[in-house]
Amino acid sequence: MSGKLFKNFSLLFATLSLFILAGIFIVLFNYSQDAIKEFGLNFLTTDVWEVGEDDEGGVFGGFIPIVGTLLSTLIAMIVATPIALGIAIFLTEVAPEFLIKPVSISIELLAAIPSIIYGMWGLFYFAPIIQSLFGGSGMGLLTAGLVLAIMIIPFMSSITKDSMKTTPDILKESAYAMGATKFEVIKDVVMPYSKRGIIGSIILALGRALGETMAVAFLIGSVMQLPHKITDATTSIPVLLANNFAEAEDLELSSMFYLAFILFVVSFIIISSAKFFFLGRESK
Amino acid sequence: MNRLFLNKLILVLSTISAIIGMGFLFWILITLSIKGISSLHFDIFLKDLVNNGIRNLLVGQFTMALIATVIGVPIGMMAGIWLREYSNGSRLASIIRNLSDVMMSAPSIVIGVFVFAIIVSPINHYSGWAGSVALSIMMIPIIISTTDNMLSLVPKELREAGIALGGSKHKIILQIVLKAAKIGITTGILLSFARIIGETAPLLFTSANNAYMTMDLNGQFPSLTVSIYNLANYPDEKSRDLAWTASFVLTVIVLFINLLGRFLTRDKG
Repeated sequence: MSGKLFKNFSLLFATLSLFILAGIFIVLFNYSQDAIKEFGLNFLTTDVWEVGEDDEGGVFGGFIPIVGTLLSTLIAMIVATPIALGIAIFLTEVAPEFLIKPVSISIELLAAIPSIIYGMWGLFYFAPIIQSLFGGSGMGLLTAGLVLAIMIIPFMSSITKDSMKTTPDILKESAYAMGATKFEVIKDVVMPYSKRGIIGSIILALGRALGETMAVAFLIGSVMQLPHKITDATTSIPVLLANNFAEAEDLELSSMFYLAFILFVVSFIIISSAKFFFLGRESK
Repeated sequence: MNRLFLNKLILVLSTISAIIGMGFLFWILITLSIKGISSLHFDIFLKDLVNNGIRNLLVGQFTMALIATVIGVPIGMMAGIWLREYSNGSRLASIIRNLSDVMMSAPSIVIGVFVFAIIVSPINHYSGWAGSVALSIMMIPIIISTTDNMLSLVPKELREAGIALGGSKHKIILQIVLKAAKIGITTGILLSFARIIGETAPLLFTSANNAYMTMDLNGQFPSLTVSIYNLANYPDEKSRDLAWTASFVLTVIVLFINLLGRFLTRDKG
């Protein structure tokens, strides 16, 4: 009797996670109904975000935060990918035995630091450096993108490292026996073998970067304007939500839900494509 | 010659990447320590935010994270147990497993928005409960995946020995399999606790923040991380100093729990 109860409870809780996921989709979609009815798909290309007179209605478009999200993520990906790959190569092929452990623990601790700490540090230490190097106010796409890069490097390098490690030694040894250099072994044996894992880790990091909130909130400048230069301040979907969601009402609130819905759908598609196509977890 | 040069170049570049990664870690930790310790007085642990201290914030943050753990761990563990022990590799199990993995990387701000919609909006005020629920939603997928993975490492022979002794399935799971996976699962719980205690985005409009000490989970609830965000944006030196100290304390807590978790698993090889 109690055995059956236990089993049913475990099934119930297992399906609960599906209900939460479905719940998020349904709830966000429902709450964004007003905005969807009002603006439809034009929401994606409208670069205005204005509350109407007497706080009634208004025109809301997601173009600016969407562009800000995409550009800051793009900068992060361009900077992070080679460095993460480099770290993975260092840890699997280059580092002497005694360095592997301390370096990989350090990189993992980098991933454990809460994002708000990156924001604080970036605001007071990193932004001034960017300002003196590239001008501008120090807060903007570039600063946000670079700090975002630091945040996703650990994820990317640890997944890449794990998949590089699965390359059978015998493949590498045969290449070495043919007189290949270490770089040639990495390029022609390890990389092709772990290609899926590497691409998967890049896509997964992309999904993470899109939704990152706190670090970007400190650094992107949080102003509703399209950036013209890479150092310009702008905003992103998570940042707009973090700063303005609590005060929004009616149609503006619904537009915020619309943005959250878009962000969730996009990250869901990106993350699950990384999981299903590249990082498929076989049940052991 | 060219090949050898290229080889050297790439090896040097990969070493530089590792140095960059480590460099940022130490840069962040060092500036955080300098800034945090210079304004760290013991009495900030005795005063609340309203008097420029962090006592109520620490209590609030820990309370919400603990409640999230109390909600999330049983749910996540039971789900993991079903996936590994009962599902027989069914299609449903693989769907749940994959979607729960996807949830692990879902934007935390969206979870905040979701909990706002289902709890805060209907009752029309912020609450510590809402914050706890948001954190537990973040925690469940991590616990599911750890439990699932750790149970998969338990040798089949242990389960068979249990069956041979005439144990019923749930008794075998509870008394043999879980015991064998105890350390791995504990580590998973610690790591996920370290993750949620540092979260800000899911709390912004669920628990919001409170400058006073309170244990009333039905009202706005004090949060260390939300306070850091607010304080850092104030112009005055005193608030910023407190933000740094609070950040330092938070980082010490998070890294300590993390290292504790790693230490546990290392102990057992």
